[in-house]
Amino acid sequence: MSERTDRLLAIADDELILGWRNSEWTGIAPFLEEDVAFSSIAQNEIGHARALYELVAAELGTTADELAFDRRPDEYRCAPLVQLRRLEWARTIARHWLYETADEIRLEALRASDDPEVAGMAAKMDREEAYHRMHAEMWVDRLLAAESGRARLLEAVDELWPYALGVLDDELRPELRRRAEAKLGRALPDVEAVPRGVHEAELAELWEEMTIVRRSAPAGARW
Amino acid sequence: MTHVYEVFRQERKGQPLQHAGSVTAPDERFAEIYAREQYGRRQESVALWLVPREAVSEVAGFPDEFEMKYRRVDGYSIKARLREARERAGTLQMAPGAGDE
Repeated sequence: MSERTDRLLAIADDELILGWRNSEWTGIAPFLEEDVAFSSIAQNEIGHARALYELVAAELGTTADELAFDRRPDEYRCAPLVQLRRLEWARTIARHWLYETADEIRLEALRASDDPEVAGMAAKMDREEAYHRMHAEMWVDRLLAAESGRARLLEAVDELWPYALGVLDDELRPELRRRAEAKLGRALPDVEAVPRGVHEAELAELWEEMTIVRRSAPAGARW
Repeated sequence: MTHVYEVFRQERKGQPLQHAGSVTAPDERFAEIYAREQYGRRQESVALWLVPREAVSEVAGFPDEFEMKYRRVDGYSIKARLREARERAGTLQMAPGAGDE
């Protein structure tokens, strides 16, 4: 597998698994408007995953569905940050914001790629991600503005910080720290990143649920 | 503390903005994002307006003490009057569509 394929697959897996995790709030988000908005963001992430899988599939001679559903859990390249199941709103917002901040840095790097297909895809994704960032930042600002919200958000961010670092390659991590600390107005813990390649137990559970229909249908079934 | 924002949407350029519904949000920043996701995510709008409900002035009271039917669109049947007028003028047979009411 080429380095390009490996890199695109990692991002596709991030988007698919985060999209899935965020969709776990559908129907139970704190209020109706947020339910619709957060579900819509989750759908966008899955759309990005599909577009990236299609790029990879063209190179590997396979299909987006096969890449998304027919690998074993330990073959997924997603960062541990997106694998975690944290069905608690402060943690969900902390993860959402940390991921979007890291993703922005990653997309900036990809947009500068000399591979026009990759640069074009990154620019296209970023036009939608801009709205995800607006949503994440608005929540962070809101939570930071009140004492109780601030305490809950910061606790969640500290817990997730080593995972957030693991979304990016080594050389991009200092930029994530700089942006995150600037937003929070406080230092983040000096910790080792939980890198890509680690598989949390929660990923296997998610995979079971995500692929159950695919695995139960005979190959070639049409919907 | 939340506020209600009335949402108006324009389906295509040049068309009037029409009331689409409302969103409840803590402030305008949340309301903008919620309006975009509820009324714009399917490309069903080219423009959205948000109006805080407090900013809406309601005009109340439409008295009609003297039943001035002639001012209402449905105040009287123009068909019946037209028929009478045509009968008087003796042009009933000539009128296109006459008699098929």
